[in-house]
Amino acid sequence: MIFFFEVFIGGLMVGIMYSLIALGFVLIYKSSGIFNFAQGDMTLLAALALVGFLNIFPLWLAILATLLMMVGLALIVEAIVLRPLIARPPLVLFMATIGLGFLLQGIGQGIWGTDPKGLHIGLSDIPFEIKGLLISQFDLAGAALSGSLVLILVWFFQKSKTGRALRAVSDDHEAALSVGIPLRKAWAITWAIAGIVALVAGIMWGSRLGVQFSLSLIALKALPVLILGGVDSIPGAIIAGLIVGAAENLAEVFLGPYVGGGIQTFFPYLLALFVLWFKPYGMYGREIIERV
Amino acid sequence: MIYRECGVFKASYQEDMAIFPIPLDKWGVILILVIAVFIVPLLANEYWLGSILIPFLVFSLAALGLNFLTGYAGQLSLGHAAFMAVGAYSALILYGRYDVPLIFSLLGGGLISAAVGGVFGIPSLRIKGFYLAVSTLAAQFVIEWILTHWKWVSGGVFGTVDTPPMKILGWPIDTPLKKYYLVLCIVIPLTIFGKNLVRGQLGRAWMAIRDMDIAAEIIGISLFRNKLMAFLISAFYAGVAGGLITFAYYGAANIEAFNIMVSFHLLGMVIIGGMGSVLGSFLGGGFITLLPIFINQFARALGIPLKTDLLACLDLLIFGGLIIIFLIVEPYGLARLWQTLKEKLRLWPFPY
Repeated sequence: MIFFFEVFIGGLMVGIMYSLIALGFVLIYKSSGIFNFAQGDMTLLAALALVGFLNIFPLWLAILATLLMMVGLALIVEAIVLRPLIARPPLVLFMATIGLGFLLQGIGQGIWGTDPKGLHIGLSDIPFEIKGLLISQFDLAGAALSGSLVLILVWFFQKSKTGRALRAVSDDHEAALSVGIPLRKAWAITWAIAGIVALVAGIMWGSRLGVQFSLSLIALKALPVLILGGVDSIPGAIIAGLIVGAAENLAEVFLGPYVGGGIQTFFPYLLALFVLWFKPYGMYGREIIERV
Repeated sequence: MIYRECGVFKASYQEDMAIFPIPLDKWGVILILVIAVFIVPLLANEYWLGSILIPFLVFSLAALGLNFLTGYAGQLSLGHAAFMAVGAYSALILYGRYDVPLIFSLLGGGLISAAVGGVFGIPSLRIKGFYLAVSTLAAQFVIEWILTHWKWVSGGVFGTVDTPPMKILGWPIDTPLKKYYLVLCIVIPLTIFGKNLVRGQLGRAWMAIRDMDIAAEIIGISLFRNKLMAFLISAFYAGVAGGLITFAYYGAANIEAFNIMVSFHLLGMVIIGGMGSVLGSFLGGGFITLLPIFINQFARALGIPLKTDLLACLDLLIFGGLIIIFLIVEPYGLARLWQTLKEKLRLWPFPY
């Protein structure tokens, strides 16, 4: 039973980190209606840049520099990619972000190289024990960081003036424009926030898995989280992240040995498909009512 | 004055519905076929046939399959390379273990792939838009996992299965030239079939669903049937292409050759070539297949020695940049550029 709980809690910790990436997707979708497939590549880019800056700067300055870079990236993306594509069908914007993902991968790896790099931010990976349960210290720190980021974001979206403006934009672009909310500024802010989320995710995942190309594939693990929770729901992303993390860990440990292992890669997708069959817009996603 | 549409009177229904109503189009297509069948083999050397033309044709076929689904029926698929993998392994097993004739093995691989595609198409009835796009990724991961873990198929993780020597009625297909003809023999009929498919009832139903599915349902188009057909046919084309590329180009089936990057490349071919266009699938297929070769040659011609990893990055950069540029500047892709060119050629050299 202890082992079951260890696996379960380990899964929840990983799940929080999935939520972190899914959150990046949700933020952009909520405030601009764009499904940003490049979120994983933004994570990779942020991690690569951080490792690169760490060679010349101390940690805090490196993080600051990366932060500035991600904000700059948001402004550039808004100006070059999004602005010309205003009022195009959502799927076109979606495919544009796929292209953007390739572009970011190429830029990141072109500047900082393709070889795997370590990222050390001074967190140890020694597990400690609570009432017989072994819990990884690193996972706990990651979960705490992700959790606080989520709280800050929820506060930002619910209470702050800018957050309210962003929610207005997500409800209706034109109505938001008509009450004087600058649409392009709102988008730039959203992408900047998504860039910051990508940086946090890049730090956590990068120090866990090493910084290399496969980091961008983490986004593919966050996608089932996203559709399970609903693409426009922040709480949905968190809850679905926990569910997916726990479920895939349990499935891998208890079901995996019977079928040959490695089912982590697709189990979340099957779970999401199963739920979507009953709730086509995810657990907490807004249902779209279509009219002719 | 070069492209002429005049003098076409369409006196009967048959003439009006002809696949190429304008004589110039018809002769152009015939000319391209003649060049592909007779002239190219005379001029091209083994490198061109084996390493450029064969992948170009096969990937165009796969892109055509994806175009049915994405360009015509409006259902995005991010897991199409997995259907190619199903076709590849099925064709190999049919040919290598059960001695099914080669052509039938390839088509059989396509049929098995179609069945699998149909299974993954079922969710499209209830799930729409982004949710569907993401759930098609499930196909990619589930199929990859099954193919690597099912020992009977692939021999386990990292399993590669070499293709047995190809023979049709005891006649060995071993040189690039013969392989090229094999590819042509499959690609040409399937393309003509596809062109007619999208002109017919099914294609029109797909386009109605793409433009507005609720309206399509109201005028009596069965969403489930037509979406499922789109997945079936699309996966069939992908499966045949997967079998072909394995037999005629790679020489061994390896799951890594059908990973998610290949799925994205297929999508890129459809976008750059032109969504909802048969010609576009070929233009896009050619463009994406030739691009890395072209970059390499160009860099060499300029005398810049490029390291392989930098070259890979450059590939990504240009590929990603092109997708964005095409979506912004020309959302209908190279096929629309060709249309525009035809418009220009109709008047040229006169101003109006």
